[in-house]
Amino acid sequence: MLVSMLLVAFLPFLLFSVLYFKSFLLLRNTGLGDLIFSHTWRPSRGEFGFYPFIIGSIWVTLLAILFSTPICLLTAINVTQYAKKRFLRIMHPVIDILAGLPSVVYGVWGILVIVPFISRYLGPWLGIKTMGYSILAGAFVLSIMIIPFILNIIIEIFNTIPMELKEATLSLGSTKWQMVKHVLLRKALPGIIAAVGFGLARAFGETMAVLMVVGNVIKVPSSVFDPGYTLPALIANNYGEVLSIPQYDSALMFAALLLLVVSLFFNLLMHFFIARYNKY
Amino acid sequence: MEPAIKINNLDVFAGKTQILKNINCEIQKKMITVILGPSGCGKTTLLKCMNRLTDLYPELKVSGEILINEKNILDPGADIYKLRQSMGLLSQRPYPLPMTIYNNIAYALKLRGVTKRRELHKLVMDYLKQAALYDEVRNRLREPASRLSIGQQQRLCLARGLAVNPEIILADEPTSALDPISSRFIDEKFQELKKDYTIVVVTHVLRQARRIADNVIFMYLGEIIEQGPSTEFFENPKQEKTKLYLEGMFN
Amino acid sequence: MKRSLKVEETVFRVLMILSTAFILLILGVIIYSVFEKGMRALSLEMLTHIPEGGYYYGKGGGILNAIVGSMVLAFGATILAFLIGLPVALYINVFLHGKPKLVNLIRFILDLIWGIPSIVYGAFGFTLMVLIGLQTSLLAGIITVTLFILPIMIRSMDEIFRTVPMGLMEASYSLGSNKSELAFKIFTRQSVSGIITAVLLSFGRAIGDAASVLFTAGYTDNLPNSLLEPVATLPLSIFFQLASPVPEVQARAYASALVLTVIILIVSLFSRGLGKRYHKTKINF
Repeated sequence: MLVSMLLVAFLPFLLFSVLYFKSFLLLRNTGLGDLIFSHTWRPSRGEFGFYPFIIGSIWVTLLAILFSTPICLLTAINVTQYAKKRFLRIMHPVIDILAGLPSVVYGVWGILVIVPFISRYLGPWLGIKTMGYSILAGAFVLSIMIIPFILNIIIEIFNTIPMELKEATLSLGSTKWQMVKHVLLRKALPGIIAAVGFGLARAFGETMAVLMVVGNVIKVPSSVFDPGYTLPALIANNYGEVLSIPQYDSALMFAALLLLVVSLFFNLLMHFFIARYNKY
Repeated sequence: MEPAIKINNLDVFAGKTQILKNINCEIQKKMITVILGPSGCGKTTLLKCMNRLTDLYPELKVSGEILINEKNILDPGADIYKLRQSMGLLSQRPYPLPMTIYNNIAYALKLRGVTKRRELHKLVMDYLKQAALYDEVRNRLREPASRLSIGQQQRLCLARGLAVNPEIILADEPTSALDPISSRFIDEKFQELKKDYTIVVVTHVLRQARRIADNVIFMYLGEIIEQGPSTEFFENPKQEKTKLYLEGMFN
Repeated sequence: MKRSLKVEETVFRVLMILSTAFILLILGVIIYSVFEKGMRALSLEMLTHIPEGGYYYGKGGGILNAIVGSMVLAFGATILAFLIGLPVALYINVFLHGKPKLVNLIRFILDLIWGIPSIVYGAFGFTLMVLIGLQTSLLAGIITVTLFILPIMIRSMDEIFRTVPMGLMEASYSLGSNKSELAFKIFTRQSVSGIITAVLLSFGRAIGDAASVLFTAGYTDNLPNSLLEPVATLPLSIFFQLASPVPEVQARAYASALVLTVIILIVSLFSRGLGKRYHKTKINF
């Protein structure tokens, strides 16, 4: 038991040290600032600028969060405060199935539905020429993928808010909506922020679904209708060919290290945020 | 004198189980009426019927009549917001709203329609004084209410309940989570408030009932067993179950 | 009540209903589009044959290699994760009972690990593989996926064990059982269906993830026959077939996606069925 336990407890440190060790080759040659802010990506010449990938990842993630957060909030309020209890029993399997679908299936769906929708309808309607494979397509697919994740947490948070607090508010003569707006949301706010933070960390590392629809063009996108490239997609697309160039290998490990650090950082931040808030 | 609340043939079902069975009673104006009974006897449900918090539980089916000022508040068309504002609620544990101390009371005032800042400020101070909280919090009005002690929070909730300008105060075991000193304060406060308000207190503590009640409604398993003036009830109970309860047989 | 308030509430009610409907609709659209596209290309041949020569240019064959490969890999990883995870979950709940700080720290670390993207595990697994001189293989895939599903397995079992009532623990202590006995007998018996649910959840994750097996399990057109040889997986087979310029092959990718979706749906259906029975078989306190 103890051995298993120690293995698990040290896994994050192990992951971090191995990836750090592997990316050290690159970090020694090029400074961290250069790696992150340089635009040029020419592995054959030993130039590794991660800026386009980082920007691509940030765009896709932020847009996804922007789409999914209001939908999750509104649905969670509806399901926990307004709808009948029976309805929550329908919603639970729906959330579970959405959460369980593999990311490749989301990618396939993105190619079948989202990409044509953007290239044939949304783009022309806005007067923009686009292939469909774009930052926006990646963000759409990603937002659907993180909806079950965020929604689940928010529903749980709303359910922990005591009935008596709602009763106390209503007994002052407030309407249900006033109660939701002034008391429920305010009481749940730290939890909601944490849920969104966890969702953000999850979205940042999502690989296959985004890779399949985002376009994979190494360029800093100038609009959301442009194709882009994300950090996870960079690793996934290039792993086969890197073994011949040690620096390239090291560069991909550096990308993995960045993903690990972002994921750990956000999760840590949210945990401490909740812990701190719970004291009050 | 007209009773403040008159309840006729009230039945409450949760699914197939009947929680309240044919309740008939009167709550007298400007007196403390204690609803007494062992836990699980339906006394809290009865209290929640009076300001229709039962609406929050879709599984509850309420039928019968509750007359306040000759209007049946169980009518679907009744103005529940007005109704609830005519009653202040004090619950088992204090539930301060997630706002500052000041806003906890100001929120209630705003719901009642007070908008002018000056008036708002003056009223907030008044209600804090009424609940004997003013001296303790006057320098920390902008702090979250959750930082107050439990006893202070309950007094804040009392002030908040009074701020809607009610005629009736409903209290559901209001002292069960408090320390003895805070409890005594609440009990004494009720004695003082009954000059202006009708007070209904739910409790399962005999001692508290003896101390504060003018009238007693004794409930057991969803039914009213006996009701009447407190002296009569405690000195000369008529029902066998009441006698057993007063002797402590149900605990 | 003020009029503006009523309007505001109505507007938000409409938005709430729209959001909820949107989520239901999206699930419907995903399932529908995968089924509609997938059914067209799906044939018995696809399910029962391995790819023939020129399969990726539209010649005959099927994806049996990927179906079997995925199953074997996911089974292997799930069993391994179970063998490591069950003791950990028990340890947290029995031996560390009464040390809430340590328990919270461990749960916290597990939640952190849960949040790490699977592509990071893929990269890590690959490095580890090279380090110990392993080729892309079933074994490497199993090890990587095990790491990836381990936190899911442990935390979901942990949540089940947490619900085992204290009274039951005290009762069996008083009968003179020691801690290990207690752990294995009482806890596992009391939460069998919960454990199965955790296992199914992990299995679903294991079979659906592509990023972690991309560099570790490799790909092959043959059925898996050794732990040390590469193995095909369904997510990757979908991915590779989609990359083909030939329309028929792309259509087969949709059919493969359908197969994967159906497997996932069956797994989640099973665990839901168990979840319902779970409460009935448990002793009520």
